[in-house]
Amino acid sequence: MKRYDLIVIGGGPAGLAAAISAKKEGINEILILERDNELGGILNQCIHNGFGLHTFKEELTGPEYAARFIAQAEELEIPYKLQTMVLDISMSGEDKLVTAMNREDGLLRLTAKTVILAMGCRERPRGALNIPGFRPAGIYTAGTAQRLVNMDGYMPGKEVVILGSGDIGLIMARRMTLEGAKVKVVAELMPYSGGLQRNIVQCLEDFDIPLKLSHTVIDIHGKDRVTGITLAQVGPDKKPIPGTEEEIPCDTLLLSCGLIPENELSDKLGVALSGITSGPVVNESLETNIPGVFACGNVLHVHDLVDYVSEEAARAGQHAARYVQKLSGSAAEQSGAVSGKAAAASDEAAIPVLTEGGVRYTVPQMIRPSCMDDTLLLRFRVGSVFTDCVISAWLNDTCLVKMRKKKVAPGEMQQLMLKKADILAVLNPRNITIKIEEA
Amino acid sequence: MEQRNLICISCPLGCALTVTLEDGRVTGVSGNTCPRGDAYGRKEVTNPTRIVTSTVTVAGGHLPVVSVKTDRDIPKEKIDAVMDEIRRVSVSAPVRIGDIIIKNAAGTGANIIATKNIRTA
Repeated sequence: MKRYDLIVIGGGPAGLAAAISAKKEGINEILILERDNELGGILNQCIHNGFGLHTFKEELTGPEYAARFIAQAEELEIPYKLQTMVLDISMSGEDKLVTAMNREDGLLRLTAKTVILAMGCRERPRGALNIPGFRPAGIYTAGTAQRLVNMDGYMPGKEVVILGSGDIGLIMARRMTLEGAKVKVVAELMPYSGGLQRNIVQCLEDFDIPLKLSHTVIDIHGKDRVTGITLAQVGPDKKPIPGTEEEIPCDTLLLSCGLIPENELSDKLGVALSGITSGPVVNESLETNIPGVFACGNVLHVHDLVDYVSEEAARAGQHAARYVQKLSGSAAEQSGAVSGKAAAASDEAAIPVLTEGGVRYTVPQMIRPSCMDDTLLLRFRVGSVFTDCVISAWLNDTCLVKMRKKKVAPGEMQQLMLKKADILAVLNPRNITIKIEEA
Repeated sequence: MEQRNLICISCPLGCALTVTLEDGRVTGVSGNTCPRGDAYGRKEVTNPTRIVTSTVTVAGGHLPVVSVKTDRDIPKEKIDAVMDEIRRVSVSAPVRIGDIIIKNAAGTGANIIATKNIRTA
């Protein structure tokens, strides 16, 4: 049976960038498995512009951004299988056994030295929101509506209410308006928007669409089709305030209430998941608790910029390539009767990265200094809005880096650069702490 | 002297800009972290513009619609007129990224170009 160096699960922005970078690092036996009928993932339905400012120094639409990576993958002759559903990943000794299915090959059982998890995320559906009312037609997640309008050419409705002010909801408020629908209101449970400021300006304010903060949908009306919703203001306890109810007639309710990394496969494989990100717990090499299994993109933690996904995924690809190279190195040593020890570095104790004062999580969650590149980008999110604040990273009692910020919000991913030399300079490293304090 | 507070939409940073005007003329932009912010602030208070993205119906393609955009920013008040033209047009597969779908849309000087490759079905 063929033994792949690397199988990438998912052919979206993360999977493409990971495979491309692994190939450039010199490993050859790579396969991308994608369940849709084309590569590019969610970018194919994100027809708005604003992608690629970091990666390509120009503003592209989603499909254009995807096309650039697809072209690179094709140039590098990286094989991929479309309309192929991965059913299971399991261990077979040190190898990974990937079980997948498609119409041409039937059931596929593939062996690989490494796997990169790049399955992306899913939207939180109505069932997870506990909104009372009937279950009529006309309720969609914002991303489903986006696919219907932008790829299938269908308009899901004419009079729209959007619950949740995540970026997809904001983008769809503009998109539905441009296609002739009336978007009556965007309601957000929290006292701040979950989307980027720029999207509030160019998607709502440009079209005079009201954004109601601290509001939620408390009832859905209509039996066969949505006929309206009841909106209410919520207090600091997020409970509806009696007397603030307002009925709004509409035929469509779009939900933009958060994204959840899709980790069923990872979980079954035994990958340790974080209760906060819902993604794998990873070290500096974006490697999970299972050696040779890496994760990147929205399956690891939900990103707001695809440019960051591409950058992160390229690192996962590099680390997977190094893992493969180390394996073949130690195999060569063993055959030469030298007592080689594979992956000696992974025996080193990892320094846990802790959070304090409003920092919700970090990726990675642990760092093995000897496996670091000279610098390491640490990404994180905060739990609420902070103004005039200082974000800092500490190793024991030593401050590694400090950054001043005018404003940070939960909707915007933050990052800090850690230097390997700074970490090695501290004796007896116990833990790294990321803090945020208002000045 | 008049001051206007804006959020820059040039990139996801979303800098809070303050644009100072005197007799309708911009005398300064502050709060930006890059030159794009300065340019955006000046333009937004005098002649606000946007890139418009949408879709156009395709016959005989692997998808029924192709995504499109204006190849440059257009005056904000022309968005509706441009959308009207986009809605009226249809094309046949195959379509390549960069293909011009509409020339000089609604007299703005901007072309509507394809942003996705559509194969023949």
